Amino acid sequence: MPTTLESGLFVFVLATFVGFEVIRRVSPLLHTPLMSLTNAISAISLVGSIVIAGAGKSPLSTVLGTIAVVCAMANVVGGFVITDRMLKMFKRREPGQ
Amino acid sequence: MIASYFIQFSYIVAAALFILSLKWLSHPTTARRGVRAGEVGMALAIVGTLVHHEIVSYQWILVGFILGTAIGLPLAVFMPMTHVPQRTALSHAFGALAAALVGTAEYYLNPGTLSTFTMTALSLEVILGFLTFTGSLMAFGKLQDLVPSRPIVYRGQNAVNLSLLAVAVGVAVYLVVDPGRSELFPVMAVLSLLFGVLLIIPIGGADMPTVISLLNSYAGLSAAAMGFVLDNNLLIVAGALDGSSGLILSVIMCRAMNRSFTNVLFGGFGQVQRAAAGAEQRSVRSATAEEAAAILEASTSVVVIPGYGMAVAQAQHKVRELYDALTRRGVDVKFAIHPVAGRMPGHMNVLLAEADIPYDRLIEMDEINPEFPRTDVALVIGANDVTNPAARHDKASPIFGMPILDVDKARTVMVIKRSMNPGFAGIDNELYYMDRTTMLFGDAKSFVGELVKEMTGARIGA
Repeated sequence: MPTTLESGLFVFVLATFVGFEVIRRVSPLLHTPLMSLTNAISAISLVGSIVIAGAGKSPLSTVLGTIAVVCAMANVVGGFVITDRMLKMFKRREPGQ
Repeated sequence: MIASYFIQFSYIVAAALFILSLKWLSHPTTARRGVRAGEVGMALAIVGTLVHHEIVSYQWILVGFILGTAIGLPLAVFMPMTHVPQRTALSHAFGALAAALVGTAEYYLNPGTLSTFTMTALSLEVILGFLTFTGSLMAFGKLQDLVPSRPIVYRGQNAVNLSLLAVAVGVAVYLVVDPGRSELFPVMAVLSLLFGVLLIIPIGGADMPTVISLLNSYAGLSAAAMGFVLDNNLLIVAGALDGSSGLILSVIMCRAMNRSFTNVLFGGFGQVQRAAAGAEQRSVRSATAEEAAAILEASTSVVVIPGYGMAVAQAQHKVRELYDALTRRGVDVKFAIHPVAGRMPGHMNVLLAEADIPYDRLIEMDEINPEFPRTDVALVIGANDVTNPAARHDKASPIFGMPILDVDKARTVMVIKRSMNPGFAGIDNELYYMDRTTMLFGDAKSFVGELVKEMTGARIGA
């Protein structure tokens, strides 16, 4: 069995390479939506915050966890909504123009 | 047991959807599908997490969901597109704070029992999280003009900043060796918070695209570090994607200004060279809206060069009217977009798209530059340094070597500008003194409005 450290690093390195390859291909036209989308995706830290806020292990951890849930949730909702709002505005020329 | 399989399964699917989401974002035609994929992945991961066996109460989670939505949704729905950089800076601050707080909670839940490796990841998470939190708030303040956006520099600034960071890292190392010294943890947190503020103070508004990208990268890395602490591969994947995206964007921004990371962070751009500007009074040619409109109408190809000044003046909708008026007359109108135009990567594209300008008219620097010699009129609206030919030949210029838009090669150059004051970096632009250049003095929005009025008025008269 690989240790947590090894498998974690393995995943990190592979994901970084995939990230570089995929993001390199994003048109500069869409760099602002790219940033808001990756921001929404990294708000997946919500899952860690949820466990801390809900585990009820100590008052301190519940308070910190709840604030973290608020922050991460704001990014999840806000990030996806504003990305979509921006992408809706990118239109091609209407035919005949 | 079944719950734990369900969690693992939902995480794997979510990770795949996140990668697909970014892949689909690569082109405007598939980009919105990318957002859907990301949303589905996120929803799956959240539902998967809610069945986690450690959760005993949903009360505070629900409170967090409601408050978070109440903060995030209005920011996304009502924020004008000119303020997208501000919203982005705020969201980096939120993301980084979440990571830092989770790290703090994890530390105090397991005092003294964390392994060397976990403690290393946790320190990284907390340092990056807190410094990105205050750094992003500072960036927000500068973008929103709550804090002076000119770089604030003092003697020995870099030494102070770097030694502060060194002490924070030193404390972190101490904690890794001896995780039980919980009195040191707040020291590390406070130093990181302080460092974030000091890091952004010397950075000027024109460097914001690079700094926002860099903070994006830090926020991603701190989320990835959190994945190591919590032994959660989905977090590691999402953090790595965000981190690499931020890094790629910062490299693109740095290249577009011909500067290095160290130069952006420690260079204090824009306060040295102000003395040189305005030393000599050279003559420029100027024209009225009527004359300029006549020249534009008589041309067959026009390239508009928008800059941050256009966004400040809120002129993008008037620019769209100008685009319509010219297109109706059969003039070929394109927009030349410099990578660092605006206050964040791609900012200008979003502003012009919002004004309903078709995205196939927005042309990147490398593609548009060969077209300038064949262009009748290059119309500069609110851009300055990215059009300065000194970047190509004047070794003494602070922007020497920076890739620029070859505006000076167009047959006629028109520049809409408030006055002859030098631009943000305080550098005089020799483009304005060329024989083929005509200055159009006035506010970008009202001047473009006058141009449109001249053109549409003339059409009715004809």
